Amino acid sequence: MNTPLHGLDAATSRREFLKVGVAAGGGLLLGFALPRGHTAEHVGSAVAPFAPDAFIRIDRSGTVTLVMCQVEMGQGIYTAISQILADELDVDFQRVVVEAAPPNDALYSNAALGFQVTGGSTSIRVFWTPMRKAGASARAMLVEAAAASWRVDPGSCRTANSEVIHEPSGRRLAYGALVDRAARLTPPKDPPLKARKDFQLIGTPARRLDSPDKVNGRAMFGIDAMPSGVKFATLRSSPVFGGKVAHVDEAAARGVPGVRQVVVLDDLVAVVGDHMWAARKGLEALQIKWDDGPNAAVSSQQILDEIRAASERDGAVAKSVGDVGKALGSDKIEATYHVPLLAHAPMEPMNCTVHVRPDACEIWVGNQVITRTQAIAAKLTGLPLGKVLVHNHLIGGGFGRRLEVDMIAKAVRVAQKVDGPVKIVWTREEDIQQAMYRPFYFDRFAAALTDGKITAWSHRVVGSAILARFAPPAFVKGLDADAVDGAIDFPYDAPNIHIEYVRQEPPAVPTCFWRGVGPTHNIFVIESFVDELAHKAGKDPVQFRLDQLQGAPRLRACLELVAKKAGWGQPLPARVGRGVAVQSVFGSHLATIAEAEVDQYGDVKVRRVVCAVDCGIAVNPNTIAAQIEGGLIFGLTAALHSQITIAKGRVQQSNFNDYRMMRINEAPSIEVHLIPSEEAPGGIGEPGTVAAAPSLANALFAATGVRLRQLPVDRELLAGKKPA
Amino acid sequence: MINLSINGQQHSVDATDDTPLLWVLRDLLGMTGTKFGCGIGQCGACTVHLDGSAVRSCLLPVGSIHDRAITTIEAIGDTPEGAKVQKAWLDLEVVQCGYCQSGQIMAAAALLKSAPHPEDADIDAAMAGNICRCGTYVRIRAAIKQAAGPA
Repeated sequence: MNTPLHGLDAATSRREFLKVGVAAGGGLLLGFALPRGHTAEHVGSAVAPFAPDAFIRIDRSGTVTLVMCQVEMGQGIYTAISQILADELDVDFQRVVVEAAPPNDALYSNAALGFQVTGGSTSIRVFWTPMRKAGASARAMLVEAAAASWRVDPGSCRTANSEVIHEPSGRRLAYGALVDRAARLTPPKDPPLKARKDFQLIGTPARRLDSPDKVNGRAMFGIDAMPSGVKFATLRSSPVFGGKVAHVDEAAARGVPGVRQVVVLDDLVAVVGDHMWAARKGLEALQIKWDDGPNAAVSSQQILDEIRAASERDGAVAKSVGDVGKALGSDKIEATYHVPLLAHAPMEPMNCTVHVRPDACEIWVGNQVITRTQAIAAKLTGLPLGKVLVHNHLIGGGFGRRLEVDMIAKAVRVAQKVDGPVKIVWTREEDIQQAMYRPFYFDRFAAALTDGKITAWSHRVVGSAILARFAPPAFVKGLDADAVDGAIDFPYDAPNIHIEYVRQEPPAVPTCFWRGVGPTHNIFVIESFVDELAHKAGKDPVQFRLDQLQGAPRLRACLELVAKKAGWGQPLPARVGRGVAVQSVFGSHLATIAEAEVDQYGDVKVRRVVCAVDCGIAVNPNTIAAQIEGGLIFGLTAALHSQITIAKGRVQQSNFNDYRMMRINEAPSIEVHLIPSEEAPGGIGEPGTVAAAPSLANALFAATGVRLRQLPVDRELLAGKKPA
Repeated sequence: MINLSINGQQHSVDATDDTPLLWVLRDLLGMTGTKFGCGIGQCGACTVHLDGSAVRSCLLPVGSIHDRAITTIEAIGDTPEGAKVQKAWLDLEVVQCGYCQSGQIMAAAALLKSAPHPEDADIDAAMAGNICRCGTYVRIRAAIKQAAGPA
């Protein structure tokens, strides 16, 4: 079905585009969604008369299509990027059509990471200026086209609401009427950008473009793809990391109604059926004998023992100022911390729908690294990149998990054995047990205090080098920039600072980014140890920090504001405490105060969290508040409940019964205070998560006197049932 | 064949009695608004209404439903409570990734039907079975109160 874009009702088409952002291999293709239950197809080439760049298309009807270079996984980026483009372009925000970009590293590379990727809270930081320029450039061309047709000076024209207006004569032309002429012009090199005072959308709480279809069941996530004739499959990989299939008895599975096929690969088994229930029952009926391989004895204790031993080694120097060795002296204060492996457990379990044909491969999925998705499928099938068609979808939670393509690879390998399209859906158990995990980190600190201030600070970070695998060029001289992210940004005025990194991979367990990446672990350990130092110095934890943030005025302002808003210093009942944490990561500055209560059994009730945020120019303040709120819940969940443990080479947790999530009855009230700023925008998807654990742990110390040097929160420690 | 009444329409599906309603909706009928999250009734993403009450469709065998009326997210907006909940969800910008929100909205609509002006404790009791990994709980609570309107 070849339907050109123009002529479609803008509101309808926006909805359709949001349902299935159709992405296709190479070039600028038009995409659109068909009604539920059908396969989306593609138009072979761009037909829009005016496409000044890879991000904007305007057709003769005036429909403005904005191509989203970053994927929507809840962070509100479709809306924020559209606000930026639409503001500079002066178009009606409510009428823009949004579609997902196709895989194309040349057109849609994220400059912070060097390829087409959504992650690291980089979207607004990286694309703020390029999107403004794209919008402004297209607008300048439309103005030039109108001015030429009127034979007037472009400087005498202005734009508003998708029209060029010549004020002196009162003439106006809609963008749609200008596209043919504008398409013949050369984009200006340095289009004038709007002055801050002229922003109409940037800085406003514009309504999210993706919400309407997310409240009525119409939004299409990867798991909702329904290509014609699709079959359904689920799979089981070797429970021990690195193990292999030794033998499979398929007989019982074949007797399950609706089971169509059993696929046995060297490391996994999948059952294909008429629906997921048949596939799942079939899988459970299989008798699988595994060859556990060399990792059958790996345990959490082994991981801890090895990483603790590694922490005794000297590491790669990440930062060194002054002479820490000398300044530490003999009265140094020392502590070690460690944090566990974590699963991401997004609400949309891992899934991928694949149709492998002799001449092409088609994939329906929601993924943060769409070009890597395409590349791994090309590699496995032997097809050229251009023959791998990827339909990227809305993502039902990424949190770093969908920065990986292990699930794509498994799905393609299964689909290679299946005739026709097959949707492979991970059970929640498989999603948690066959994942990639937030690394286990171990941190070794030493510090010295003089007159109530930190005079020496030594921090050794030990853990996985995710970048060495994910982006090898970024791993230089044994130093993983992510592992020390947040650590090298130590904001306090200490004259002697030494920060090191020791790479230590956990045996067998694959690791990957997790929301908040390096800073989630680093800010927890740093702000906890700084809190220890404040108490050692006999100082109020807020005042101790304020006294040493002379070189960090934006962070200091956050801390002053949050202390006021949270009522820092006001009396609290017994076993209730407030804890503070500060951070300058992802280009944003946050100060957070958590208030928590601990009962005699060590059970924790987080009562309230107050956060002051300076993230520079706020593109959409409502989304920013939402990201802080949700990020805090994500981080509190992990701090209170989450750890992946390993026994006999297997992950011991399996579903939400034993890998618990915070629920609404446990959620605190949350207040977010934005500090107005003229600085460039900072990242906001991850800072809330980073803030949670340190502010909570410090609150729990204030409530109980128990210092938590590992996560998750140990209730027995808080209840005084075992020594700290 | 099993006969089901879904959103006011009769459907006849070829499934065994023990097949959970979730997979009949999603895989056999293509009604993908109802989501799979855990398969063990722990997360609430699969919540639908059976004669107006919230149930977890991942644990509900289709053979046990008989002639009771099934309502899903696709049609909840046609009920007064569902429409109010959807509007409040939009007004307060509750949604983030959105994957759990079908279930959240179904649970909230059932709550408002049984308790038109719920207290915080009612909200906790009705909504604690629905996990939101994006952590939209603060806004869910506020939106339920807004949808309920002044007592």
